[in-house]
Amino acid sequence: MVTEGSDTRIVTPRRLGGRIPLILLSVAALVFPWVFEDAHTQHVLIMIFIYGLMALGWNIIAGYCGQISLGQAIFFGIGAYSTSFLFANFGITPWIGMLFGVAVSLVVAVGIGLPTLRLRGHYFAIATLVIGEITQTIFINWEYVGGATGIWIPIVWDDPWYTFQFHDSKIPTYYIGLAFLTGGLAFTYWMERSKLGLYFRAIRDEPDAASSLGVNLGRYKLLAFMIAATFASLAGSQFAQYILVIDPDTVFPLLLSILIVLMTMLGGLGQIWGPVVGAAVLLPISEATRIYFGGQGGAEDLMIYGFLIVIISVFYPRGLFGLIERLIKRRDNAGS
Amino acid sequence: MTREIIIQALISGLLMGFIYALVAAGLSLIFGLMEIVNFAHGEFMMLSMYTTFWLYTLFGLDPLFAIPICIALLFVIGVVTHYGIIRHILDAPMLVQITATFGLAIFLRSLAQFLWSADYRVIDDPIVSGRIEIWGIYLGLPQVVASAGCLLAFGFLYYFVNRTETGIALQATAQDREAAGLMGIQTDRMFALGWGIGAACVGVAGALISSYYMVFPDVGIIFALLAYVTVAMGGFGSLIGALIAGIAIGLIEAAGAILVSPAFKYGIIFLCYLVVVLLRPKGLFGRF
Repeated sequence: MVTEGSDTRIVTPRRLGGRIPLILLSVAALVFPWVFEDAHTQHVLIMIFIYGLMALGWNIIAGYCGQISLGQAIFFGIGAYSTSFLFANFGITPWIGMLFGVAVSLVVAVGIGLPTLRLRGHYFAIATLVIGEITQTIFINWEYVGGATGIWIPIVWDDPWYTFQFHDSKIPTYYIGLAFLTGGLAFTYWMERSKLGLYFRAIRDEPDAASSLGVNLGRYKLLAFMIAATFASLAGSQFAQYILVIDPDTVFPLLLSILIVLMTMLGGLGQIWGPVVGAAVLLPISEATRIYFGGQGGAEDLMIYGFLIVIISVFYPRGLFGLIERLIKRRDNAGS
Repeated sequence: MTREIIIQALISGLLMGFIYALVAAGLSLIFGLMEIVNFAHGEFMMLSMYTTFWLYTLFGLDPLFAIPICIALLFVIGVVTHYGIIRHILDAPMLVQITATFGLAIFLRSLAQFLWSADYRVIDDPIVSGRIEIWGIYLGLPQVVASAGCLLAFGFLYYFVNRTETGIALQATAQDREAAGLMGIQTDRMFALGWGIGAACVGVAGALISSYYMVFPDVGIIFALLAYVTVAMGGFGSLIGALIAGIAIGLIEAAGAILVSPAFKYGIIFLCYLVVVLLRPKGLFGRF
């Protein structure tokens, strides 16, 4: 019997060639918006940062801790609604709204996680999936927060750092997104090396053994779920402040929860960089096909997503990272 | 609210329940066999509905006569899915199995949208149409025929699985893959057969409901969601569980729509699912 995710091992930056690539990548990310000034390229990068952050969170609950949540859009939506609602109705700065969103997401994560994290395998996956659907239904019918039309954030030109609205340039949004993503990566990096990461992986690979050695399964699963919720909520807040119009169909859809899963799988599940690599591969494909086919709503990008993910699942279940690692190993073997 | 309305709603719910039961039976059969949830089940159903629609539109073939073609086509799709995808991920981690079938679902759904656009399509003049009246209760004839057809198909499936040699071999494979293999059962063929039959179930259901249900690329999503809930409620791998849970869900949907609000009818079903799995994690009749 193969346990869930037992074939995912850690690839540390060192094994992928030391610190130099990391430094180069950081510099590239920092100067990028000054080199590529066209709005569309910057837009794709911002989307990578936002979805990448959400996928990083999912990677912690599913990749490291082995609990497959198919309802991450719940927290993305809560984050988006919190900032938008508080700003549109009370003029509260989205930065506070963002914290409020995280607080609500944490409470909701505990509310969902406490009962459902006891369920195993498919039952948990389907439970989170249907809770996501229930949440979307609630928001569609909740007139106080805009119902099916959602919230249009009032456009304000003054004081962009207070209103978290940047109309002149995408650069501030870019750096904010980059900062949050870096934070998410740093957290994952720290977590992987800490006792916490060890507990998570133990719960994923050998839940019974972990439990018998004194790891409180319920508590740590819940913690992983709360971390994932926080990441998704922060991503949702940024998304709302970037797009400035939200409704239940754009921030709560099942497809969003699934896309996050696909991105992480594509990059490499349970790998620090997996979700970011996955987002960085999928989103440009999606944008490119949308431009190529002229955006007729023909769903060509999703067709390619679906096809890619089937291929990845069947032939490269460890994602692009597994593939790279295999190539490096082959090179090392040839060298020695 | 009069008594007639309530009775009418409950009978409609019961009719819908038979359809849910057949859709769920296909899903349950595959799960029982290899512990894989087919997240593309709804998309298989969508393909069956489009097949019926195009046979009607292009060749004037009535949905009723499209049923055998849908059964054959979906059986082939199921078998091809097994050999093309599932066979390679039989022993893979659960997540890989989830993403593989989810990927297939997204692919098929967007393929349908790409080929046939997102328009809602209707079969405007099927042979079975109109409504009938029984003791003051009006029922749409297509609905009655679809439900009866699904119940009949469910009966066939139940007979096949429990009374025929091949069916018993399927069950043996479900219980113990290796032992079944040692007894001379070609388990890989059984898996392919299971996928073929599982897909054929939605072939029947899709063809039958096309005569009164809109056809569009996303149509399978809600049927699949309800099927997951039905299967989990009834217990993964249990056919009788699927039937009883399917009927229960049809009734809850109807009752929820009139007692609470039509907007929340699926939400109520999902809540019931949560309550059931939290109180009895194996489902009502589950083996797992």
